Amino acid sequence: MENRAIQQITPLQRALGTVFRALNFLLKIGLVVVFVFPFLWMISTSLKTYPESIAYPPSLFFAKPQWENFVMVWNSGDYLRYARNSITVTLTIIALQTLVSVPAAYAFARYKFRGGALLFGIVLVSFMVPTQLTFISVYLMFSKVSMLKTLWPQILPFGANAFGIFMLRQSFKQVPEELIESARLDNAGEINIMFRIMLPMAKSSLVAVTMFSFIGHWNDYFWPFVMTNTDFIRPLTVAIAQLRDSEHGNQWQLVMAGNVILVLPILIVYVFLHKKIISGFVYSGIK
Amino acid sequence: MQDTGKLGRKVLPYALVLPAILFLLIFTIYPLLDMVYMSFTDWKLVQPAKNFVGLHNYRYLFGRSDFWNALGNTFYYSVLTVISQFCAATLFAVWLRKNTRINSLVRTALFTPHIVALLSVAMVWSWLMNEDKGLLNMLLNLLGLPGLRWLNSAETAMTSLVIVSWWKSVGYYTVIIFSALQTIPTEIYEAADLDNAGRFSRFFRITFPMISPQAFLCLITMTIGSFKVFETIRVMTGGGPGKATYVLVYYIYMTAFQGQFKVCLACAAGVVLLFIVGLLTALYFMLLSRKVHYQ
Repeated sequence: MENRAIQQITPLQRALGTVFRALNFLLKIGLVVVFVFPFLWMISTSLKTYPESIAYPPSLFFAKPQWENFVMVWNSGDYLRYARNSITVTLTIIALQTLVSVPAAYAFARYKFRGGALLFGIVLVSFMVPTQLTFISVYLMFSKVSMLKTLWPQILPFGANAFGIFMLRQSFKQVPEELIESARLDNAGEINIMFRIMLPMAKSSLVAVTMFSFIGHWNDYFWPFVMTNTDFIRPLTVAIAQLRDSEHGNQWQLVMAGNVILVLPILIVYVFLHKKIISGFVYSGIK
Repeated sequence: MQDTGKLGRKVLPYALVLPAILFLLIFTIYPLLDMVYMSFTDWKLVQPAKNFVGLHNYRYLFGRSDFWNALGNTFYYSVLTVISQFCAATLFAVWLRKNTRINSLVRTALFTPHIVALLSVAMVWSWLMNEDKGLLNMLLNLLGLPGLRWLNSAETAMTSLVIVSWWKSVGYYTVIIFSALQTIPTEIYEAADLDNAGRFSRFFRITFPMISPQAFLCLITMTIGSFKVFETIRVMTGGGPGKATYVLVYYIYMTAFQGQFKVCLACAAGVVLLFIVGLLTALYFMLLSRKVHYQ
């Protein structure tokens, strides 16, 4: 291949190759702009004054960063509570999911047991069912046990993560059988094998699954929106949607400041972990 | 643990899956069955009595033009989203396949919208798409083109929503397909090079068959994801203009929790959606078992 390529290159081909490479590069930069710009626009607007934010033609930057936009949003409601609700709900879901999904995935990957296929079928079906189909019954269920005024309706329905069980099962399956056999010969118990051998091997998919779950539940709007009807149990997403429907709604700099507050925790985690998140996919190899 | 003996070994797997199965049974399977049951009653949130009415709700729904409209909109939205996302994600993944610095930058950029809440994305884009003061129309004008009406006209509103969800999710699927590409052994391509295979035949004969399991997983996730569309509609159009962007999920929500709280009707619409999801999933799995090439 190499040899053939070297033999056939003419000056014209070389020139065309340069043009093609330059075009390729420009297209890639264009793609970066398209996918990052709206996000930067959101941040830039959150630091503008009101006249700046509605100026036409719009300016890309602010003259002086208006940090008070954030203060105004934060004080426009009980944002401390909304933030606390978001944090409590998301962290509890993650903890619960890890406790529940890891053992299940492990069992599905490692043991053959009667009814196992049927039970795994339940996992697969649940993976396919959108929450938009279950919310009515779940709402009624929580209303029957009068728990609607607590955070539980936002947490318990996500106790088991079907997608996570599916992903983790795949990576547990990839652990070589010999490794487990040799551990068994060393008289290691099942629990020991699970924590000492299997879990470290599945670490990168566990990180990816956890991160996706964190992002998904932190950002979720639909579920808390239909599950909550009092302010003190609402998370940030619902609060920010309300901000937009309120009298501040056409003050874009405030609405965008609210959205920046919402995305900030995820952005921080993403900056540190983005390589891990993406590689979690690559090396766990979902199949 | 090693002393638990035979019985322990037999019980252990059940003990490990029990919590997960309980959660799924209570919060996914039971609500589905409950939804099917309620769809055969006349129950409303504001009245305590539940009477069995057979297929009445379904007959009512299929006789209503707004339900057919929601069904049609869902279909349009899903087909357009799934096809555009799938083609673009595959194209991007192949294009950005080599591990160079610029490619890794582009992949990260593509993935960025996935970490932002769909709610925020909807707010930013509803502003970018603003007819009078939006950035998109300004760009079009700069290029000497007339501005579009985006969300304000029944003809363009649905397509505008498709653009937003495409932008939000295409990077996620690109990364999945990219990760699938990494698992293809390079020897296969070397063999193809010796056979003088062209780019296209290389893609359709080698690359695509090798990544088909992940590609099918993407298709299923995309399809279900497209049925779930809610945030963009609630924030950007509210189902309008007119009823041009009313989709099934929005219809279910509005029927159950707004106006007359006709939960039974919402449940019947939910059963229709469940039926469609089930049918498509079964179809994908049939294709998957026939076409997919496992290593």
